[in-house]
Amino acid sequence: MPQLQYLPNVSTLKLDAEKCNGCGMCAIVCPHAVFAIEKRRARITDVDSCMECGACAENCPEEAIYVKSGVGCAYAVLAGRLRGTEADCGCGVEEESESSQSCCS
Amino acid sequence: MIDNRNMAEQPCCPSCSCSPQIKDDQARVKITDKPWIERYASTPVGEIPVVRTELLLSDRLGIYRARWSGWRAKFRVAPGLYAVGNPDTESPVFVTANYKMSFDRLRSELGGIDGWIMVLDTRGINVWCAAGKGTFGTDEIVGRIEAVGLDKIVSKKKLILPQLGAPGVSAHKVKERSGFKIRYGPVKAKDLPAFLKAGNRATPEMRRVTFNMWERAVLIPNDIVQNFKYLFFTAIAFLILSGFGSGIYSPGRVITYGIPSVILLSIAYLAGMILPQLFLPYIPGRSFSAKGAWIGALAAVIACWFLYNNQIINSYFGMASWLFIIPAITSFIFMNFTGVSTYTSLSGVVKEMKTAIPVQIASAVIGIGLWITGLFV
Repeated sequence: MPQLQYLPNVSTLKLDAEKCNGCGMCAIVCPHAVFAIEKRRARITDVDSCMECGACAENCPEEAIYVKSGVGCAYAVLAGRLRGTEADCGCGVEEESESSQSCCS
Repeated sequence: MIDNRNMAEQPCCPSCSCSPQIKDDQARVKITDKPWIERYASTPVGEIPVVRTELLLSDRLGIYRARWSGWRAKFRVAPGLYAVGNPDTESPVFVTANYKMSFDRLRSELGGIDGWIMVLDTRGINVWCAAGKGTFGTDEIVGRIEAVGLDKIVSKKKLILPQLGAPGVSAHKVKERSGFKIRYGPVKAKDLPAFLKAGNRATPEMRRVTFNMWERAVLIPNDIVQNFKYLFFTAIAFLILSGFGSGIYSPGRVITYGIPSVILLSIAYLAGMILPQLFLPYIPGRSFSAKGAWIGALAAVIACWFLYNNQIINSYFGMASWLFIIPAITSFIFMNFTGVSTYTSLSGVVKEMKTAIPVQIASAVIGIGLWITGLFV
């Protein structure tokens, strides 16, 4: 099967290698193997596979990684535009109320 | 469609404290109501449900139902602490979401393992989506550790998290705030036994998200069912409108022009909901809207040719209109599949929509213009 690849040259992922302490968390949490650890430093090897989930930045203790994380969901982008907010999937809205009920009743 | 991201700013109980409530909930549960609970074990923090590691027919039916309907919103377990086997203070602690399918996937891989399962309150949303929202997150983990009294249960302060929880969790912050060290397990629960056997190490394959044909196929039923109402109301609109045109309202044209329109509309709906999902890697283009449009164009040509040859449709304008309308529909439908795909980025989706939406609208407008023209000739 051909490799699934989304649009190239769009990811906002940035790595400040100066700050990197080589802990390797980014390589562990990335679901698309975007990072490699070489000579105790992280390196971005495949930026076009990045889906901007934000796991690497969230787990970088040195805050050496920047990515504008978000959900790659057209519905969320549309809903966000219509409501004038950030991309935000409406899925799960009804259940929010239900959930607080079940929890607090 | 179904990426469940809706950042919940407030904790689930703004007015009351959740945690004691949850223990009550668990204690109140009768085993007969929850056949997946095998028994209760007494621990320093009270009675903890010990859950089965094999899925019962009722569990499997639940998963099946969740795939087919919006009922999955109610498919959840109470947050809190559970056990598998006969765990002690040295046993591993697995963390998961309170979407029951997530919980079931985890426990069904823990046969023969003694361990604890700490279920977070993700409002019934799966691990990855909840992590994106932040409900499967640092705050919830730190709070849940305290709420269940985890430090009284285990001596080693360690947690095993699903890798896909990482977008919501800062491992180093959890360590700072609770003392618990996070180890990220594999992406899929099915790799857990191998991960544990290898001394909590995942192979590179276990760390990668996949999106194979089966993984895509299981997403189809829900989308078809959930969005059926749009097809239904659009079809009614086409039927009603097809009677207008030259002369007075013509029921005859509802049959000759309206019915074929509904057939073609349904073909667009089903083609857009099924085909690009199944054949995703083999369809040209990288943007989902382009892939959807290709499938729509193909479906439109084949369907019109077939309907024309069988004299079900005989208006040239009618046919031409659907060559524009169908690709617009399938393109839009499949563009929304980005939400459930496992590899699309927000930046990419925004970029593709900038081109796709105007093209889809233009194509639909041209198509509907032709369709209306067909009413008068």
